[in-house]
Amino acid sequence: MAVLSTPRSAVELASKGRPVKEILFRTVLLASLALALIFLIALLTFVLTEGWPRLDARLWENMPSIRNPEIAGAQSAITGTLWVISLTAVFTIPTGIAAAIYLEEYADRTRWYNRVIELNIQNLAAIPSIVYGILGLGIIARTIGLGFSVITASITLGLLVLPIVIIASREAIRAVPPSIREGSLALGATQWQTIYRQVLPASIPGIATGSILALSRAIGEAAPLIMLGAVSFIRFNPDGIFASYTVLPIQIFNWISQSREGFHVLAAAAIVILLLILLLMNSVAIWLRNRYQKRW
Amino acid sequence: MTEIGTPMANVTVRGPEAPRNLEALDPVFTVSDLSVFYGDYEAVREVDMLIGNREITAMIGPSGCGKSTVLRCFNRMNDLIPGARPAGKILYHGEDLYGDHVDPIEVRRRIGMVFQKPNPFPKSIYDNIAYGPRVNGMKGKMDDLVEQALTQAALWDEVKDKLKQNALSLSGGQQQRLCIARAIAVKPEVILMDEPCSALDPIATTKIEDLMQQLARDYTIVIVTHNMQQAARVSHRTAFFTAEVDDKGVRHGRLVEYDETSRIFTNPTDKRTEDYITGRFG
Repeated sequence: MAVLSTPRSAVELASKGRPVKEILFRTVLLASLALALIFLIALLTFVLTEGWPRLDARLWENMPSIRNPEIAGAQSAITGTLWVISLTAVFTIPTGIAAAIYLEEYADRTRWYNRVIELNIQNLAAIPSIVYGILGLGIIARTIGLGFSVITASITLGLLVLPIVIIASREAIRAVPPSIREGSLALGATQWQTIYRQVLPASIPGIATGSILALSRAIGEAAPLIMLGAVSFIRFNPDGIFASYTVLPIQIFNWISQSREGFHVLAAAAIVILLLILLLMNSVAIWLRNRYQKRW
Repeated sequence: MTEIGTPMANVTVRGPEAPRNLEALDPVFTVSDLSVFYGDYEAVREVDMLIGNREITAMIGPSGCGKSTVLRCFNRMNDLIPGARPAGKILYHGEDLYGDHVDPIEVRRRIGMVFQKPNPFPKSIYDNIAYGPRVNGMKGKMDDLVEQALTQAALWDEVKDKLKQNALSLSGGQQQRLCIARAIAVKPEVILMDEPCSALDPIATTKIEDLMQQLARDYTIVIVTHNMQQAARVSHRTAFFTAEVDDKGVRHGRLVEYDETSRIFTNPTDKRTEDYITGRFG
């Protein structure tokens, strides 16, 4: 922006060709966004048209079949996914919130060990998911002996997304203004009362949004579960946390690697189901955020 | 240019009816040789003052003179700032506020605080008031307690029909009176106010000042203010702080003069006080 000195005539205020650059810049920004959206739309169109013939009740009513793609369904994979993800939520959300509270409200940042913890949580979020699979296999499945079961998968996925939950929860907790904490403490509330009655309720929308998005990531993970014996062909629903299981991404992977065309259609239909579950979870996250967002 | 001894224009000085000297005062706080450090930095140096029971004591001075820092020592809010550390002594009814056995939670329950920016909790008006009694496990009928606190803070008539409404829907002045009511609800003995009117318009300020006058019958009030007229209008005693640069070029807050408000504003003994109140600096 030019500083206006007293103009001698209106001509000095005339445009100097800046709008062209402005428009160009905006177009570049918009194009970048469009690129992402176009790929998303292309993907959706592709799976929808490909999977359309099999997007019917058989998909969630029937069990998988090797021989017969026409009647095969993905019920065991859908229930397996729901089992695994619910249990993951149970493990990871309380742990993540607790860790975030420690880091935001209690940790003294002048201490070296707290800084080491902070740094490593950032690092953890960047570790490839297959590494978690190896960890789950070595420690949870073998050493602890939980085997190839729903609980092993849930703990592993829980560890995988824990850093995301911690980081999201920390953001939400940090967004609560310090004046609220001061107000509470000045009334003679203890630190825990302040956290439990003021900070947490005010940050729940942010924490919930972050947690749901973290779980959406976990739901799409196949790599660590390949290590953890998510069986790609299973004809029964899990009946407990120690049961064998499969999940949608594994089932999809299995069908796509089959040679017969009918299985590819089935895979596309299962992808639509997976996307619908993700969409549902993200909608809940957005709804929560808008519904309970605090304005200070 | 105002000569010493000439009252400032447009300011009514409202001191205590019968002038009392500091020796005769019934002290709630006895501050002796108080310095406050933030890490190695000495923000406030060697303050000595007495805060009288059921009086309004004002602390005035330019920005960065340490008046808020001293105020926050009175209810140990400075404990929350990492590296903040007082040296010297603050006695509360003769008991060392920073003694080893003293629980800061208990201190804050007895010594309430109102902040510069109104900070109601994002809850209903009722829950804002009830919060303090609840966390302190106070017994009694909560409804009565809420009504009593709101009445004392001159807010009851304005909010009695909307107690379930979110406190953030109130105006700034109402929010600040709500914060005062919230502080009163835990039945403290002292109320500390850190520039309580600096975010408010003149009408809301007048209401808070009237409220302070009423509250001073039951409570000891210490107020930090940037507004000299406010100090002159409401307080019985005034402490004037300023920032001093020492030999090493480091700034420290110092207490320059502490006296009855009428004397500070009409007949200050220190040249710096006079310069400040007549508007020559700060």
